[in-house]
Amino acid sequence: MQVTSSVRPPLVTNGKSKHDVTNDICKQVEGAPSTAWKISFAMALITLFYGGYCLWTTWYEGIGMWGLNKTIGWSWDITNFVWWVGIGHAGTLISAVLLLFRQKWRTSINRAAEAMTIFAVICAATFIIAHMGRPWVGHWVLPFPNNNGSLWQNFNSALMWDVFAISTYFTVSLVFWYVGLIPDFATIRERATGVRRKIYGALSMNWDGSAKTWSRYEAVSLVLAGVSTPLVLSVHTIVSMDFATSLIPGWHTTIFPPYFVAGAIFSGFAMVLTLMLVIRVVFGLEDYITINHIESMNKIIVLTGSVVGIAYITEFFIAWYSGVPYEKYAFINRAFGPYWWAYASMMTCNVISPQMFWFKKVRTSIAWTFGLSIIVNIGMWFERFVIICTSLHRDYIPSSWAMFSPTLYDVGDYLFTFGLFFTCFLLFAKYFPVVNMAEVKTIIDSSSEKK
Amino acid sequence: MEKGKNFVIGVYDEETVLMSAVEEIRSKGVKIHEVYTPYPVHGLDNALGYSYSNLPIAAFLFGICGTITALTMMIWMLGFDWPMDIGGKPHIPLPAFIPITFELTVLFCALGMTGTFFVASNLNPWSTPNMFDPRTTDDKFVIAFDLASTKQDSAQLKSILSETGASEVTTKSLEN
Repeated sequence: MQVTSSVRPPLVTNGKSKHDVTNDICKQVEGAPSTAWKISFAMALITLFYGGYCLWTTWYEGIGMWGLNKTIGWSWDITNFVWWVGIGHAGTLISAVLLLFRQKWRTSINRAAEAMTIFAVICAATFIIAHMGRPWVGHWVLPFPNNNGSLWQNFNSALMWDVFAISTYFTVSLVFWYVGLIPDFATIRERATGVRRKIYGALSMNWDGSAKTWSRYEAVSLVLAGVSTPLVLSVHTIVSMDFATSLIPGWHTTIFPPYFVAGAIFSGFAMVLTLMLVIRVVFGLEDYITINHIESMNKIIVLTGSVVGIAYITEFFIAWYSGVPYEKYAFINRAFGPYWWAYASMMTCNVISPQMFWFKKVRTSIAWTFGLSIIVNIGMWFERFVIICTSLHRDYIPSSWAMFSPTLYDVGDYLFTFGLFFTCFLLFAKYFPVVNMAEVKTIIDSSSEKK
Repeated sequence: MEKGKNFVIGVYDEETVLMSAVEEIRSKGVKIHEVYTPYPVHGLDNALGYSYSNLPIAAFLFGICGTITALTMMIWMLGFDWPMDIGGKPHIPLPAFIPITFELTVLFCALGMTGTFFVASNLNPWSTPNMFDPRTTDDKFVIAFDLASTKQDSAQLKSILSETGASEVTTKSLEN
């Protein structure tokens, strides 16, 4: 029995029934990998191995392999770290915040977005561990009894806050994602035989879908969404404090937490769109990830893109209004100094280009959305590069002013994370249900288009 | 767990039919063993008379444990075990402890509550699921009666199920 709303456009098109949902999503998991998948996977693996070589060399030889110098001590590494963490935020926003706001359109995109979150956080962590220089003593950031005293960590440091924020964020996102996957693994289990049935049976925790379990499941989802919402805001707030609690002009600003959070959501949604636009075509999910979904995400992009734009302007105003000569210089140097091209790229990609989404034609065009989503991601990478590098490269003594040029190993380590991300994502897309079947079924009666 | 027990089950095709069936069956005073659905059906737990889950209380308690753990850890480590002079700042600066306290509260809350959920609902890789019909993970709904705990006999239960709109009615015993 289907009811079609006259007010809202349908969320699932082409008259799909609940059984069609099961078939369409399980088909991807059950069939043999397609040629397109195999080629993409091979490319991801090649990138992973090349990047792995560069990362290994960085670990073996030390971070002198990077283009850092005594003036610019943070550059591509931290830029890439913040970029990846930011991308991760959209997954939690879609699954947690939109759940609290009862936005039904999130149901067909939350699974893949959460997967993106988890893989992006792993990529981000790669840079932190590499930047330690001695990754084999990476566990020294954790407070455990040791025979150096015991000497403890400095919990007043924003970098220590980051250790706790990122590891909590990763763990909670993983738990949230896994809890959501359990009912869908049970669906795959019931259709599978032999070894596959055993594997998916174990993954499904032998879920049987009883009303009592569903009732608890919903309570768990709601509380997880409730705690994930402040968590996701806290994570990028704390990442921004890595900069804001320092005394470097251009970093030492109170606007950083909200500005970083808006930027994270902005870049994350752009990445979700890039991935979704490919997935929906490759896996034939056009009826589940509709133009309506794409438009909703584009609206969030135009909102957060504008918030980011206002933050850029506010920073400039405050630099002037503060009357601090160093602060003023940092900003004039950012826009008109030797890195003007990075600043101009950031402004064009992040502030001007998303304004195109005010036009419905652009918002609902797949080609425009795909192009703009990539431009936004490039722009957000430049934003972090501008903040980090331009604030550092001209410090208080002009004799130590320097420029940064990346080495092959800077590029290689960045490529490593792309290889890692796409390898994980492709494995996920092939072996896990890419759309949350159970949640999509809940909206079929109310929001599926009649045939 | 439920091995060897005999059940009468009715398969329903529609959520709305299932909801009215559950209400009607309960109003007749017949004890439903459990209902199995492919997705969370809104209001079904109320219709079955289940009280709201206590898991949020567990989540709160786990969260408090996280708060206490974080504060105790940092105050003891930096304030008592090895006080360090960092830029002349106090050894126990509570505002600087807020981020880690918050993160550990969330971590304990999420892990504790999910763990409790798995234990309470017997979700683990080695248990046996009570699958009366594999289609309950696809698009069908099942009402199951446990013959040992209902007053009615098999025939009466079957007629109740058919009257309330079940599309298939069978007797099953869980063997696996």
